[in-house]
Amino acid sequence: MNVPFQHALALAAALFAIGLTGVLMRRNIVFVLMSVEIMLNAAGLAFVAAGARWGQPDGQVMFLFILTMAAAEVSVGLALVLQFYHRFKTLATDAAGKMRG
Amino acid sequence: MAELLWLIPALPFAGFLALALLGSRMPRPLVATIGAGTVGLSALAAIAASLALAGSAGAEEGITRTLWTWISVGGFAPAVALRLDALSAVMTLVVTIVGFLILLYSTEFMAGDEGYSRFFCCMDLFVGAMLTLVLADDLLLLYLGWEGVGLSSYLLIGFWYKAEANVRAARKAFIVTRVGDTAFALGLALIATQLGTLRIQEVAERAPLFWGAGSGMAVAAAALMLGGALGKSAQLPLQTWLPDAMAGPTPVSALIHAATMVTAGVYLIARMHALFLLAPVVMGATAVIGAATLLMAGLSALTQSDLKRALAYSTISQVGYMFLALGVGAWSAAIFHFMTHAFFKSLLFLAAGAVSMRLRGEHDMFRMGGLRRALPGAFWAFVIGAASLSALPMVTAGFYSKEMILERVWSSPRGAGWLWAAGLIGALITALYAFRMVFLVFFGEKRQETEGRSGARVMFPLAALAALSIGGGFVPMSRGTWEAHALPLTLAASLASLLGIAGAWFLFHRRRGMTERLAGSPAGALLRRFWAGGWGFDQAYDALLVRPFVRLTRASREEFADPYSKGVARTAGALHHLLSRTVTGQLRWYAMAIAAGTILLIGMAVFL
Repeated sequence: MNVPFQHALALAAALFAIGLTGVLMRRNIVFVLMSVEIMLNAAGLAFVAAGARWGQPDGQVMFLFILTMAAAEVSVGLALVLQFYHRFKTLATDAAGKMRG
Repeated sequence: MAELLWLIPALPFAGFLALALLGSRMPRPLVATIGAGTVGLSALAAIAASLALAGSAGAEEGITRTLWTWISVGGFAPAVALRLDALSAVMTLVVTIVGFLILLYSTEFMAGDEGYSRFFCCMDLFVGAMLTLVLADDLLLLYLGWEGVGLSSYLLIGFWYKAEANVRAARKAFIVTRVGDTAFALGLALIATQLGTLRIQEVAERAPLFWGAGSGMAVAAAALMLGGALGKSAQLPLQTWLPDAMAGPTPVSALIHAATMVTAGVYLIARMHALFLLAPVVMGATAVIGAATLLMAGLSALTQSDLKRALAYSTISQVGYMFLALGVGAWSAAIFHFMTHAFFKSLLFLAAGAVSMRLRGEHDMFRMGGLRRALPGAFWAFVIGAASLSALPMVTAGFYSKEMILERVWSSPRGAGWLWAAGLIGALITALYAFRMVFLVFFGEKRQETEGRSGARVMFPLAALAALSIGGGFVPMSRGTWEAHALPLTLAASLASLLGIAGAWFLFHRRRGMTERLAGSPAGALLRRFWAGGWGFDQAYDALLVRPFVRLTRASREEFADPYSKGVARTAGALHHLLSRTVTGQLRWYAMAIAAGTILLIGMAVFL
């Protein structure tokens, strides 16, 4: 079964928009991280779809890179979340608003 | 000994350096030893050098030692050279010996002060600068000492810098003397360019050759020198700083009044007398200024209620006598009076300090009284000082010097009868205010209890200075004044002094109530306020110079170029505030900004 390119791209765009909305809207830092993951996956999906469209392997290679990067990002991100919780006793991002102005 | 001439000014400077670098870490006895000891050693060196000078063949010529050449530009090469002759020997001896006694006294007087080492540091600098001034053979080196004296007096008058009034007094002293210093510096420039040298001997030799007597150049140079001397010596019209200089500790006042600072002007004129002889107009002006100053300051001294201010006006008045003597060409009389004045004025100041020490820092004479029995040491010291100041005939040093001045003013070809009369009236006023202080402070009813006792380091300088105030008049300098025509003059001077003392007894002891009623009457009160305020000079300078100047600076603070340069800064500041608004510290706002920016960029890439 062949999924049309436009459909795959539309799905990627929808996922990206959902992720971005999550980043902008959520207060909880864990959810922000999860939304960033969704955005990464959306970008990966777009790469894979593009690779399939032109019959090139580059799209899938790129997706492997994104996976690696996402794993590294989650490990660093979760470590930061732990530190954040230790310091502020909360997960709300607004608590770290001291560096303004 | 002559080779070691440099030791005399170098020792106090060494003490100054040691105290400036390490003084705050030294224990107090060490600070006192260095502070007073270096000046004491310098006094010993000065005595040895003076004895060597008196014994040497060239005593008239003096000894000159060139240490090194300061600068050498073209033909102009001022040297760091010291010169000891009769004039500078007298000055050096007085400065070091009186300075040492004052410093010895200060070791006890300042004992409780937190700035102990700072005090001795500045005092040593003061004495060192004065010795440089006195011993300099080159006018440029003299000017260095001159400015050094000004600087250290500024530091010492404002010694208790936490009170604003003291700082104001220090600034006033510095700025008012600066007026004179500027004139002096201009005079130096004139001499250097016209005569091509600043060596005092060479100036004295070349001036008559280059300039005729009474020529414009000679008058200008002498007038500029006189301007400098007026500032430092607190003579009319630059006398206003000295009464306020009482803000410093009492030993500082003693040093400023007796040994250093105010006598610098007298010394300068005596040193440059060859130049002044070429300018009879300036000499006449010197005499008139001296006479006017001694009368005005004497009347001011008569109306003061603060003991130290009364002594300050008395100094102005006595330096007026020296200027009067200089103006009629009686150089040695002026220096003789300088010497005796140094003894009795430092004695008076130190005795006044000893009184106020025992009265918790009281300076108001009307709140003292009856201290004769409580403080016998200070009483006798003060009486001897006052007797010498008022020239009590035959027994005091002050009599011989003042009598010598009056006699010279009368008999010198440059003198005049009316100048002599002014001096004689001044002598009467002097005796009047001197014993007014004695009667107000030590006689009458007791108003305050004393506390504590003065130690040996206070009493010894008082005793030594009292001995000098009596015996200082019998030095060889006073010999030869007894000439036949001088007898009536001597009698007149003696009579003025005795009359003044008797008048003081009558007005301020016997019939004190009457005097107070007189001073309380409308006319009396007005006159009293006018005299006590120093003849309105402060107010006049304030209205004529200070306030217009302040107004001018205020006006020029906002000049036409300012709005532009300030506008640039203000625009940058506004932009900065605008941008810093965006740094909210909210993570979601940053993400939003990134997203919006990306959309904008992509939109631009796609549509443009």
